[in-house]
Amino acid sequence: MSTQPAGNDDDPGVDAVAVATTPVPSQRAVARARRAASLRRFVRAYASRRAGMLGLAILLVFTLLALLAPVLFPAEMLDIIETVDNDALAPPSGEFWLGTDENGRSVLAVLVWGARASLIVGLAASLISMLLGTLIGIGSGHFRGPFGSALQRLTDWFLVIPFIPLVVVLAAVLGQRGLGTIVLVLGVTSWPGTARLVRAQTLSVEGRPYLERAKALGGSDWQQMSRHVLPNVMPLVVANTTLTVAIVILSETTLAFLGLGDPFLDSWGTMLDKATDAGAASTGAWWYLLPPGVCVIFVVLAFTLIGRALEAVLDPRLGRD
Amino acid sequence: MAVLELRDVHLTYRTAQGPVPAVRGVDLSVDGGEVLGLAGESGCGKSSLVACVLRLQPRSATVTGQVLVGGENVQTMSWRRLRAVRWGEAAVVFQGALHSLNPIQRIGRQLVEPILLHDSAATPRTAADKVAGLLAQVGLPETHADSYPHQLSGGQKQRVMIALALTCDPQVLIADEPTTALDVMVQAQVLELLVGIARQRDMGVVIISHDLSVLATTCHRVAVMYAGRVVELGPAQELFEHARHPYVRALARAFPTIGEARSRYAPAGLPGDPPFPDRLPGGCPFHPRCADAVDECSSVDVRLRPAGPGRVAACVHVGAGVG
Amino acid sequence: MSLPGENDTGSGPVLEVEDLSVTFRGRGGLAARALDGVNLAIGAAEIVAVVGESGCGKTTLGRSILGLVRPTSGTIRFRGEPLSYAARALKRYRRDVQLVLQDPTGALNPRHSVYEAVAEGPRVHRLGDEPGRVARSLAQAGLRPPERFLLRYPHELSGGQRQRVVIAGALAVEPKVVVADEPVSSLDASVRGEILALLLRLREQLGLSLLVVTHDLGLAWNIADRIVVMYLGRVVEQGSTEQVLSHPQHPYTRALLSVVPEIEHIPSVVLSGEAPDPSRIPTGCRFHPRCPALADGTAAAAGIADDCRGRELGVLPATGDHLAACHLRPPPLHPPAALRESAG
Repeated sequence: MSTQPAGNDDDPGVDAVAVATTPVPSQRAVARARRAASLRRFVRAYASRRAGMLGLAILLVFTLLALLAPVLFPAEMLDIIETVDNDALAPPSGEFWLGTDENGRSVLAVLVWGARASLIVGLAASLISMLLGTLIGIGSGHFRGPFGSALQRLTDWFLVIPFIPLVVVLAAVLGQRGLGTIVLVLGVTSWPGTARLVRAQTLSVEGRPYLERAKALGGSDWQQMSRHVLPNVMPLVVANTTLTVAIVILSETTLAFLGLGDPFLDSWGTMLDKATDAGAASTGAWWYLLPPGVCVIFVVLAFTLIGRALEAVLDPRLGRD
Repeated sequence: MAVLELRDVHLTYRTAQGPVPAVRGVDLSVDGGEVLGLAGESGCGKSSLVACVLRLQPRSATVTGQVLVGGENVQTMSWRRLRAVRWGEAAVVFQGALHSLNPIQRIGRQLVEPILLHDSAATPRTAADKVAGLLAQVGLPETHADSYPHQLSGGQKQRVMIALALTCDPQVLIADEPTTALDVMVQAQVLELLVGIARQRDMGVVIISHDLSVLATTCHRVAVMYAGRVVELGPAQELFEHARHPYVRALARAFPTIGEARSRYAPAGLPGDPPFPDRLPGGCPFHPRCADAVDECSSVDVRLRPAGPGRVAACVHVGAGVG
Repeated sequence: MSLPGENDTGSGPVLEVEDLSVTFRGRGGLAARALDGVNLAIGAAEIVAVVGESGCGKTTLGRSILGLVRPTSGTIRFRGEPLSYAARALKRYRRDVQLVLQDPTGALNPRHSVYEAVAEGPRVHRLGDEPGRVARSLAQAGLRPPERFLLRYPHELSGGQRQRVVIAGALAVEPKVVVADEPVSSLDASVRGEILALLLRLREQLGLSLLVVTHDLGLAWNIADRIVVMYLGRVVEQGSTEQVLSHPQHPYTRALLSVVPEIEHIPSVVLSGEAPDPSRIPTGCRFHPRCPALADGTAAAAGIADDCRGRELGVLPATGDHLAACHLRPPPLHPPAALRESAG
């Protein structure tokens, strides 16, 4: 591990050390190299986990579809005015691989566009949840007095709020049930899980001597939290957020299915909602009902597998990084 | 009769970077009623050596040589016999053991467990009586059997660990750093206890520590390890006051004698650091830090040589026959 | 009142602690008097060792001096100015009084390189010439050439090297006083001497004052000018190291010394039991339940046994004289200093 350094002895003349300032550029360069090396290590560790790679593959497929949606299926295909001439609820055929919905739109087209909607909502809401959760989690773990307790109470409070009534209330308060509302609601209800995790990790880091040293050196609360707590907490947050995306997508689907989503948004949830409204179950229009459900399952599975793999790789108990 | 004997014991770990020799040929023996001190710092192999005695080394490690407890080789005996020997013939108080008490079980219950495991004739009542006797022997009141670990102080927990080691009346007790993390007064109490136990039960006791001065006054003989080998062995007081090996001399000086003018404002240390077992210097492993090194030290690996009655040391400067 | 330290420049002590008390409230409302009235003064370029067992309050004393613990009563004065706990003043104070912790492995953030660990202080205080400062501090702490260490991480260093990094980190803000809490107890024996020698050298070359908190009397003998012995939150004996360790006056000091191996001139007295916890301090002299002088009749013979059990002792003043807080007045080796009665 360490080689014997030359001159570990102490010779007199402590002031007479002429120091070149050249170390600085090389220290940055080497720090960069170290980061690159640890990134390579991370990638290798992740790549060795088959479940995680499977999840990543599935996600890649859906992301590609979501990105290419406008190319594969031009927006006009979703305009019900354009498609009014098509047969409604027609089974799969050569022209429409997954049949048509009650407005004559290609189910496949709506499905692919739905991927966009679901992924965007999932990621946006998870981002909010991650930011809120991390901030509040670190805050409640670091500050000991009334402020920390208040944050902790806030977390507990939000944790137990039933999710669907909150959506209804927020939607009523905010007036419209657009995409923004959905993202906001989902973000606001998912952060407590992250916050609790972050708080636990913060408490464990706070107990370590180097935090006390940071305080003794004169570091402010902000400096202590950003230099020492945050880097230790981030890996856990990343892994947890990935799992949160899965939950958020599922929640959005639930909301839409219950009719509480944005009716103008073509997400998988709204597809399921419209399909049941159109009586797809009783008329046997499986091509309308099944695909969105299956897609949700696959995407949620993908994020779960990725999240679990990240947790395993980034577990701080397994060493540095 | 030696209750514990180590003959040319080698222990090598298999790691991703290749084989790492932690113990490189150790010969030691301990008689009943004797207290042997084993001194050494990090990386010297003492903890690995302790693991050998109860065959607790990891599966990836290879052990050669003989580890004899009561004359039987622990490394080659059957699994069934090993389970009887573990704790029944030889017991170990591990380093930092005070943290390994089960926090949700009462002390009494934890002490009774090995008794019931090893002695098929024991009943809960006889075991409880034995526990009471053990607690008394380690200087704790009987009522502590009903306490939980968190209610005890560090010194008291260490005594419980010693009592735990004695539950099956072993012939050999090894205490790995029993006094680190304890106050000086409690250290003295624990050492007094260990010496008393050795005498009363005619047990062989091995005390491992990095503090040579403590071993010098408590043990009969002391062996000092460095880089996987014993570099000096001899009667405790003599070894401490007139060490023959340069490393042992430095170790003895590291803890000053209070009242001695020459150590006032003059802390004596050794430059460099103890070597890691995976990169040992060639020749004598101590030579990079040795003030008395000569040319041949970097190429010739010295083994133990006689250095007086009952003493051996591994140094070129110790000539055969020179007292 | 004689001022402590032969290196005294005549301008008064650098750090003074006056009547310091720190009481912690436990869960059940039990008050633990970790510090119960302590006077201490440290002069410029002086090394003072605070010695005692766990529960004696020495760690709390160190942390109070560092401003990490707020005292219940009493004052801490740096260069005559009382310590202010306002954020800015406290931060300024932290440049002058620094900390070296016991466990160098825990004291360094494993994700930060040596450079970052040492630069942390200068960054917080916005001191200029960061690379120069870091390199200078590393060199002062004996890690030469500094460039070789800048980019290493703590897990790549040995225990002794890590402790040097921690010391360099403290030196980087140019403190006047360093509080070292058990600086060598988790290091190998052969490395101990080197680190202690470093601390002595820093005192000589930089005029640093050092408060070393330790249970190791040998350490005090090695480097301390004065020694302060604590028991259950009070100072029981103080004086120059030679005086206290060669002619200990207090029975507790004598007992501590007697169990140190190699001490011949004091017969070994192994005290029974352990120090009670600070929430249950005995009445009268707080040491009396374990005091060998009381147990073997010496106190009774001197007619003060009742005092030992009932009459509380005063708080020793912060002077350089050899004083002991004990009812049994041994043959005076020093003029009996006036023991101020404490407020409690």
